[in-house]
Amino acid sequence: MSAAPPAPVPAPAPPRAAAAGYRPGRTLRLRVEARRQLRRRRTMIVAALLAALPFILIVAFAIGGTPKDGRNGPTLIDTATASGANFAATCLFVSAGFVLVVPVALFCGDTVASEAGWSSLRYLLAAPVPRTRLLSVKLAVALGFSAVALVLLPAVALVAGTVAYGWGDLELPTGGALASGDALSRMAVAVAYIFVNQLVTAALAFWLSTKTDAPLGAVGGAVGLTIVGNVLDAVTALGSWRDVLPAHWQFSWADALQPSMEWTGMLQGASVSVSYAIVLTALAFRGFRTKDVVS
Amino acid sequence: MDLRWPRRRRWLAGAGALAVLAAGGAAAGTAAATGGGTAVHRSDAMLTGAGGVRLDTSYFTTGGSARRPAVLLGHGFGGSKADVRGQAESLARHGYAVLTWSARGFGSSTGLIGLNAPDGEVADVSRLIDWLAARPDVELDAPGDPRVGVTGVSYGGAVSLLAAGYDRRVDAIAPRETYWNLADALFPNDVYKKLWSGIFFSSGSAALPGSAPKTPPAAGATPADPLCGRFTPALCALYQRVATAGRPDAAARARLEALSPAAVASRIKVPALIVQGQSDSLFTLAQSDAMAMAIRANGAPVAVDWIAGGHDGGDTEDARVDARVTAWFDRYLKGDTGTGTGPAFRVTRTGGLNSTDGSVVLRGADGDSYPGLDGTNAARIALTGRAQRITNPAGGAPPAISAVPGSGAVGELSSLGASLSLDIPGQYARFESAPLPGSTHLTGAPTVTVRVATDAPDAVLFGKLYDVAPGGKEVLPAALAAPVRVPGSRAGSTVTLQLPAVDHDFAAGHRMRLVLATTDLGYASPAAPASVTVSLVSPELTVPIDSDLSDDAAALPWWAWGLPPLALLVAAALLLTGRRRVRPRPADPALAAVPLQITGLSKRYAKSADRYAVRDLSFRVEPGQVLGLLGPNGAGKTTTLRMLMGLIRPDDGEIRVFGEAVRPGAPVLSRLGAFVEGAGFLPHLTGRANLELYWQATGRPPQDAMLAEALQIAGLGEALERAVRTYSQGMRQRLAIAQAMLGLPDLLILDEPTNGLDPPQIREMREVLIRYAAAGRTVIVSSHLLAEVEQSCTHLVVMDRGRLVTAGPVADIVGSADTVLVGVDGEVPQSVVDGIAELPGVATAVREEDGLLAVLDGLTPAQFVAELVRLGVPVARVGPHRRLEDAFLTLIGGSA
Repeated sequence: MSAAPPAPVPAPAPPRAAAAGYRPGRTLRLRVEARRQLRRRRTMIVAALLAALPFILIVAFAIGGTPKDGRNGPTLIDTATASGANFAATCLFVSAGFVLVVPVALFCGDTVASEAGWSSLRYLLAAPVPRTRLLSVKLAVALGFSAVALVLLPAVALVAGTVAYGWGDLELPTGGALASGDALSRMAVAVAYIFVNQLVTAALAFWLSTKTDAPLGAVGGAVGLTIVGNVLDAVTALGSWRDVLPAHWQFSWADALQPSMEWTGMLQGASVSVSYAIVLTALAFRGFRTKDVVS
Repeated sequence: MDLRWPRRRRWLAGAGALAVLAAGGAAAGTAAATGGGTAVHRSDAMLTGAGGVRLDTSYFTTGGSARRPAVLLGHGFGGSKADVRGQAESLARHGYAVLTWSARGFGSSTGLIGLNAPDGEVADVSRLIDWLAARPDVELDAPGDPRVGVTGVSYGGAVSLLAAGYDRRVDAIAPRETYWNLADALFPNDVYKKLWSGIFFSSGSAALPGSAPKTPPAAGATPADPLCGRFTPALCALYQRVATAGRPDAAARARLEALSPAAVASRIKVPALIVQGQSDSLFTLAQSDAMAMAIRANGAPVAVDWIAGGHDGGDTEDARVDARVTAWFDRYLKGDTGTGTGPAFRVTRTGGLNSTDGSVVLRGADGDSYPGLDGTNAARIALTGRAQRITNPAGGAPPAISAVPGSGAVGELSSLGASLSLDIPGQYARFESAPLPGSTHLTGAPTVTVRVATDAPDAVLFGKLYDVAPGGKEVLPAALAAPVRVPGSRAGSTVTLQLPAVDHDFAAGHRMRLVLATTDLGYASPAAPASVTVSLVSPELTVPIDSDLSDDAAALPWWAWGLPPLALLVAAALLLTGRRRVRPRPADPALAAVPLQITGLSKRYAKSADRYAVRDLSFRVEPGQVLGLLGPNGAGKTTTLRMLMGLIRPDDGEIRVFGEAVRPGAPVLSRLGAFVEGAGFLPHLTGRANLELYWQATGRPPQDAMLAEALQIAGLGEALERAVRTYSQGMRQRLAIAQAMLGLPDLLILDEPTNGLDPPQIREMREVLIRYAAAGRTVIVSSHLLAEVEQSCTHLVVMDRGRLVTAGPVADIVGSADTVLVGVDGEVPQSVVDGIAELPGVATAVREEDGLLAVLDGLTPAQFVAELVRLGVPVARVGPHRRLEDAFLTLIGGSA
């Protein structure tokens, strides 16, 4: 380049390594990412569905009548209308297997892949939001949304159930009852455990999300692998190998709804889930930090 | 009549729920591990017992001639030596010589059942010890005195106690789930335990439905009497007499007491591991308590282990108990003082259900000493309830239900709220405590003093202590009831009633309810109808508590703790090894004012070793320039821009922006605004929200954004408040350019910025770019609209197939005198064009639509025209090539 600039212009800014006010640690703060995700249609639809599910069940019980002791023995369903707490526990019971997996897979699987799909990922990275920070913030927000989704369902169920069936003790299907105050803390433990148990789904979805530009691929992949886990867990011939399947422990939260709290199942389930989640999250960071972003 | 069936139904329902939760194996108790390890040799032999009875025996060792301690392993009532084979093999593998035998009257052994009579079964054991003493591979304490321990469950456990009492050669025992005083076990407090006694008797006389088919008696064995089976006539008569009368007599009591270990209590002086079941209404914890007290009084080491199950059913924890028995013998037969024999007192507690596999979670609580059934201390719980008049129904029916054989699995679940128990209204009195202020853990046998008045000659009452939840749900711990016979008295007789020994936690807020019922399914109560008045003598229930017991830590498999640290290690390895170790290149201060310098940049296509998207590209951009990056599709422009943004990593070379090396996330990228390969917006947000959130994502101060200027460039007007998904292509384009200009970056990169813009907007954009650069900032524009570039750019970089073709000021490239456009009249044959191209001083010559385009390399245009004329080319007009497009094509052609 031989030509000089057209005129001696003043330098726009003194030479420096970064623009004024730029600090890597302040890029894409949690609040900003949450605002970016909050207004999304899928967020709204998930929230609406989870909030509507208890009302659908209430209507179902109103049409079908109060459940009676079933011939095949009771489940939480049979005690569903005993009290608000029972109703909330029932809602957890019917949704823990699959319904609650979907929002977690959705929030965590969609978060990076959809940015790639919208092409907004490259502008964030060129802003520049450091890659590990981008992943950390996105994971944190996705997990936060997942946690809210997990809390939303039982919370709405508790309020709606209390209005519909009254405030009372949590009647246990095995017999016995938990005082309502006690039942609340137990349900909190159950929900917390469900969240920990879902961490493996979350991490799997998140890892897939950094691998693909198709949000549905990441979400579907995570849900699909969760289903495969359930299927494998049904193969009793696998014996104690099933202990290392996260799906094996997905109903351990029911241990919290016993006359005396039983921790062992939840601890083992948490151990399995957290371990998988740590490794999958590490894979996500490892792959993404050197990935060529071509979307 | 209200039979309170609903409660029963609830229980069935509860069991169903367990089934729903269960994924498999309910009972965890399994036989000791077989298979694996050293091979065990078994030799079967018919040995001679006392009085010539033939005993069917099996002898297990691992072979070899070394002398080793021996273990005699007895079986339960109604079984045979085959039942204990697994445990025998396990013990043999552990270094013992193990002898199992079918007791007389069972299996293939001959003789009649004498209920462990001293001159019968017990004498048989002495013969077996004689036999062991003669073995060359059995360790001897003295000639004829082998080192031998005896263990067994139930009937076999009793014979271990009796053998220790009658034969001084026995060195250690481990009686499991057995009796101390058979009279107390079958006739507690003078009440006949009819259901269990009947099962007991019939299993000795005929096969029970569901039990394993018995080996047919060996030839010569006494044929079974249809009424007495293989019982001795005296015992058969005793049973028939008591069962018919429905109550025991003194002779029967005396006879059974004489057959019991209690008869030789003072002579049992060997270390004893006493295992008793909590779900056991046949041989209760009171039996093991008497056993432990007596043996301990003799000075022998005693350990007591209350397992979860028992004769009523439930988990008998065989694997754990077998291991503990082995450890006990290791300590007291092998003399291995290093072996821990476990706590002096251990109680298995039901933690809850494992909802994953449906099994009951069992947990131990240990104490350093066995306190007996009175606990280490006692809580006094006040009971209220006035005197109550209840009836004893004629014929004793319908009976209340507490434990029944086989109910143990439910009894074990009583701590979970499952309960099978049933009381018949009118037939029971109840006294209740206030809600307990704190949780009270009962370990032992509570006592209460009551007054019982009746016109009848005597009354039988069954004492039960329920756990009543605040909702009214009641649970009978271990489903046990304590019977008592009270002599009839119109004025009332005072009786101190010891309630069943259990281990149960009464939660805070729960009540204790004492129930005294006149009937129970498992027992014979008077057939004559009677009215009984029951009242509390002292309104106080003594509840023993063992405060020394400490709960074992929850048994988690090793991996539950090991997995997360392992995962952390794996994660750390993944994160540390995945990094490409590139030393960050230091900033080059000499280039601090140079917006962009690219040196030797190369990028291969993915999965390709030698196909390059960009190859050895070098150029430099100075401040204030508007640089046009030109090239046909596939020239590598976008790849270069992506590398410039830190989105993809170059394979070779480096990019420096203001002297800083570009890498992913380099802070210097904040001085760069980019619009590359189309817009990237969140479609659900408005245009304004997109820009605001983008700026917030950069983390820079809001006032630096210059949002107003950027929005003015976008010129979207009202549309700014609509969701981006409603935008047209051009609107997105403008918004994206506005986003790139947010904060007025020092280096602005625009990739095909005029795509989708209409002509006035294109002109406007051109002016914007010129103004932008005039302020001293730098703009890089890549475009295929070459005319556009020509008008707005000051400098050009031309690329083709990944390589730099030329770079320099637009004027130099566009107006270079050595590119000459020659207008020709008519067609020029290709041969002529080729001839022109081969002229000395001509670099290239290309045929154009209405002439030809030549790049001169040495010739002046005048000389060139002369040469054309000489070649006969009909030259119509000649001029410098003004159009960039043509120059561009020429350049590409030249490089091809």
